[in-house]
Amino acid sequence: MPDFSYVRSEMLPEKAPPKSEVGIYGWLRTNLFSSVTNSILTVVALYFVVSLLRGVLPWAFSPTWGAESLSDCRGILHELGREGHFAGACWGVIRERWTQLLFGFYPIEALWRPLVAFILLGVAMAPVLFTSVPKKLLWFSAVFPFLCFWLIWGGSIWFPLAIFAGLLLAGVAFILVTRYSGSTLVGVIATMLVPVLWWIFFTDPVSSAVHFVLPISLEQVESQNIGGFLLAVLIGLTGVTLSLPLGVILALGRQSDLPLLKYSCVAFIEFIRGVPLITLLFVASTLLNYFMPPGTNFDLVLRVMIMVTLFASAYMAEVIRGGLAALPTGQYEAADSLGLNYWTAQRLIIMPQALKISIPGIVSTFIGLFKDTTLVGIVGLFDPILLSTNIRADQAWNGVLWELYGFIGLVFFIFCFSMSRYSMYLERKLATGHR
Amino acid sequence: MSALPDPHNQGFRLSQLIYDTRYRSMTIQIVAMFGILSFIGWLIGNTNANLAALGKPIEFGFLGDQAGYDINQRLLDYDSQDSHLRAAFLGLLNTLLLALLGCITATILGVIIGVLRLSKNWIVARLMTVYIEAFRNIPVLLWILIVFGIMIEVMPAPRDFRSGEASMMLFDTMAVTNRGIYIPEPLFSGGFSDFSLFGDSALRFDVSTNLLIFLAVLFGGIYGARKLKKRADTIQNETGVRPTTWWQQLLVIFLPTILVLWAMGFHLGYPALKGFNFAGGTYLRNSLIALWIALSLYTAAFIAESVRAGIQAISKGQSEAAHALGISPGRTMNLVILPQALRIIIPPMISQWLNLTKNTSLAIAVGYMDLTGTLMGITLNQTGREMETLLIGMAIYLGLSLLISAAMNWYNNSVKLVER
Amino acid sequence: MKKSAFLGTLTAATFAAGFATAGTLEDVKAADELKCGVATGLAGFAAADAAGVWQGFDVAVCRAVAAAVLGDGTKVKFVPTTGKTRFTALASGEIDMLARNTTWTFSRDVDLKFEFVGVNYYDGQGFMVPKALGVSSAKELDGATVCIQTGTTTELNLADFFRSNNISYEPVPIETNAEAQAQYLAGACDVYTTDASGLASTRATFENPADHAVLPEIISKEPLGPLVRHGDNQWGDIVRWTLNALITAEELGVTSANVGKTGMEAGKNPEVNRLLGTEGDLGAMLGLDKDWAARAIAVGGNYGEIFEKNIGEKTAIGIARGLNASWTDGGLIYSAPFR
Repeated sequence: MPDFSYVRSEMLPEKAPPKSEVGIYGWLRTNLFSSVTNSILTVVALYFVVSLLRGVLPWAFSPTWGAESLSDCRGILHELGREGHFAGACWGVIRERWTQLLFGFYPIEALWRPLVAFILLGVAMAPVLFTSVPKKLLWFSAVFPFLCFWLIWGGSIWFPLAIFAGLLLAGVAFILVTRYSGSTLVGVIATMLVPVLWWIFFTDPVSSAVHFVLPISLEQVESQNIGGFLLAVLIGLTGVTLSLPLGVILALGRQSDLPLLKYSCVAFIEFIRGVPLITLLFVASTLLNYFMPPGTNFDLVLRVMIMVTLFASAYMAEVIRGGLAALPTGQYEAADSLGLNYWTAQRLIIMPQALKISIPGIVSTFIGLFKDTTLVGIVGLFDPILLSTNIRADQAWNGVLWELYGFIGLVFFIFCFSMSRYSMYLERKLATGHR
Repeated sequence: MSALPDPHNQGFRLSQLIYDTRYRSMTIQIVAMFGILSFIGWLIGNTNANLAALGKPIEFGFLGDQAGYDINQRLLDYDSQDSHLRAAFLGLLNTLLLALLGCITATILGVIIGVLRLSKNWIVARLMTVYIEAFRNIPVLLWILIVFGIMIEVMPAPRDFRSGEASMMLFDTMAVTNRGIYIPEPLFSGGFSDFSLFGDSALRFDVSTNLLIFLAVLFGGIYGARKLKKRADTIQNETGVRPTTWWQQLLVIFLPTILVLWAMGFHLGYPALKGFNFAGGTYLRNSLIALWIALSLYTAAFIAESVRAGIQAISKGQSEAAHALGISPGRTMNLVILPQALRIIIPPMISQWLNLTKNTSLAIAVGYMDLTGTLMGITLNQTGREMETLLIGMAIYLGLSLLISAAMNWYNNSVKLVER
Repeated sequence: MKKSAFLGTLTAATFAAGFATAGTLEDVKAADELKCGVATGLAGFAAADAAGVWQGFDVAVCRAVAAAVLGDGTKVKFVPTTGKTRFTALASGEIDMLARNTTWTFSRDVDLKFEFVGVNYYDGQGFMVPKALGVSSAKELDGATVCIQTGTTTELNLADFFRSNNISYEPVPIETNAEAQAQYLAGACDVYTTDASGLASTRATFENPADHAVLPEIISKEPLGPLVRHGDNQWGDIVRWTLNALITAEELGVTSANVGKTGMEAGKNPEVNRLLGTEGDLGAMLGLDKDWAARAIAVGGNYGEIFEKNIGEKTAIGIARGLNASWTDGGLIYSAPFR
């Protein structure tokens, strides 16, 4: 038997892949220089990045953290031999004014209050944002807005609690009246009437009386003193939380079979979406008082919040309408075939699913709203950008521009970017359902 | 047979209004209408009472009064003796100009960036991601201020041109300064004079007859060239031989246009340093350019995201099929992917255009005199008529938005796939 | 319990539709707080410092009124207003008085239905140019780019000036002083125009103030003063005579340092006595107590002291008294007599 064979009996050892396909070289080849066009793109992109960094980095690395004024900064840079308009950043302004940019003119000794409110906000949001958190915490989420109001604006704790009690009364009224009158409609009417009566006639005396017995209060803070990112977050959060129920109502109204309701909702939504937010803010600052009975007067912050809420609710309505439209018709038909009436079907079947689908849209509405809060500076509320103007009106910091813009932009980026990532995470998590 | 009472003979009872589904919707609507109308009535009543107390009932006569202020960037003739209405009209034109410029560049940039974001080139894809995230997560107002700041601080001032520190670009035809950009301006030395629309009213509008003639000739030429091409197609279909027509086509388009331009004395006016500023040429103010750039870049980031989503929604099989047919990647994108993706992209794109149009109202932050700057800005300040000016302003913006979305929805319906 | 300032007025007033305004004085006393409209940030006139406390020339007027009415110069709620919002804020009652370097003009007084109670600063619109430009008169500014602050009478004056001199210009309207300054310094405009006081305060903050010149032409009269709504004469009188008290105090040599003493020893000058309430009872005629003027003067000093402290020559803003000197020193600051 010849000791050779035509068929190889053992495997050849694996050859190393060609140099051009592996390692750094291979990576570069596949990812950066795979074709002539790609190579040109790579070179252009590299040139752009390098020149941007070369422009910004030397400016940003500037030992001026301790400076007390712009001329101080210029002095420090001068000693280092750096001259000219873009010799270096003047970070002293951030060190001296960062609390102002974040909180406005909020009293320094009371800064713990917004911080606590912010931490509690996290607790209140947890059951909404993450499924693993026990749902019992939702109770806290319901109380939170009132607690937050008290923490930020101060005053007696009983006033916001008395307003909250109105909501509780509404619930109680609904259950009791429905049971005894046997009619849901009467129950609904009672639910609307009871809290309004309570708020008009009892909130003040009751809260004053309780306060007299058990005074728990914080020092009041004027809303003029609330500014910066605190104001942005407050306006954004109020806008989104209040616009959610309004948006649901508007979205349902827009889908309603009742033409009058439908067209009222359509007109409202299209009007709000058709005009720029800034004109609505002008309305808040100049006209809203005219719409109220003579002699009425309320805070500009509150007026802006009202307009922002109306603005957001129109957008929210469209987001929720999208969620409703995305539900398969089978869901509606299933509800009908079970004999559920409109409201029960909405409550048990449609809304839970539609809202779930809409969450990414809701988050992006919130991001948009949060960014839009910078416009309130145009009507004279101290948003971060108007604050930066105010800081530059100070003799010491006149002429500082990029440092402030950079800081404001960075904080906005951190807020919005983390929210958009969260929304993407949700989108992935929810993507399993409706395919 | 005992007479069972017929349930329908009971007559109408009041409770049916609530419990009978036949009547209930009517009841709810009437109640709702009553509520809505009384709420609106309450608002109007309050407003009237308040305005009467201030002694300034709503009336629009102030629009005819002399405005008294000047407008820097303007498309039509205007001076401070003109009426507030004229000022508002010019502001509206400025708004439209900015919106148009912004929508065009934002769309082009958005599509390019959206495609590049899916590029296989690692660094380009990363760079585009960074760009999109940066613009989407920072307020547009801040971007406008940043671009405006860069324009002002980095570009040379006109005085630097005088001292020779800066020089003009493109063979001395264009000057980039921190006040804006001066580019050559098309001028006619002969031809016909302009004619004026709407006579002497606030909406008067001068139309250049020369420009109209030029456009008419140009479009006529293009139409003629198409005719030629069609004939060539027919001949090719019939005989199999295609006559060479490209030079005829070019001739039909360009010869008449050039002749007409020459006859009307067409020339370019170049900007030149004169006194404090450049004179001559077309002047794009820095506020316009800053807004244009910032709004385009900001909106492009959003458009890029919808373009990316649209492209990714096209099934991979489409591009694989195109590759299998030997179509190059670039042509695959242009001929196979984008036309299909366009149907998905257009609806979000419309809403981005609407957003951009509404965001032009931020012009107030950099002193560009748009509708917000004239009617709802200086006119409001000078006359103190906040109710009237805001009502008109909001109505105009609303009309603009509805118009854009109506036009775009019409277009969208016309390109929609006919579903089976 | 003091109600929450934020929602309190809403719940109380929105539903009680017939709630008529009892008069600004009663409102201010009831709220125990004077709501005063000021600028959002103008160095020397009204700006919040690092601690968030409002300082400035206009702010001092608000504090004086608060001291006269409420007895405490700190009981002021400063409402920052923009050029656009200031008049509506006053008209709608959001603020009780406006002290935001506002020019007294016919149409504002008559058509907008406001009452200017006096003049606390005589100003005029001027021009600032870099010296390198080599311009010595505003009439040489043909073709120049001019930065103006919007929401003021400035743009109208400017249009009138250039039109009447038949020269062209290009306006750049800007919302805030800080922005205008940035543009002017970068050379995006050749000229910066606003009230001469504003020019001085702006120039003072430059790196090299000596490189810039204020042109001799003053193209307008700008009497700046506090204003209130038409129709509440008692309140108008209070603000008017508080301002007059500050002016008279300077004329009579009453300062924040000696106001307590002069009042107590019942000085020889009868007008001082009437002013400070040791003789007669002018306060009661206003609906206030006797010491109202003494308190107004004590909180920030007399007119001269306020001027020197906020915008005077020793401050960074460095404005000379000029027209704003007391009439006894050849200026225009003049008060009707206290009698």
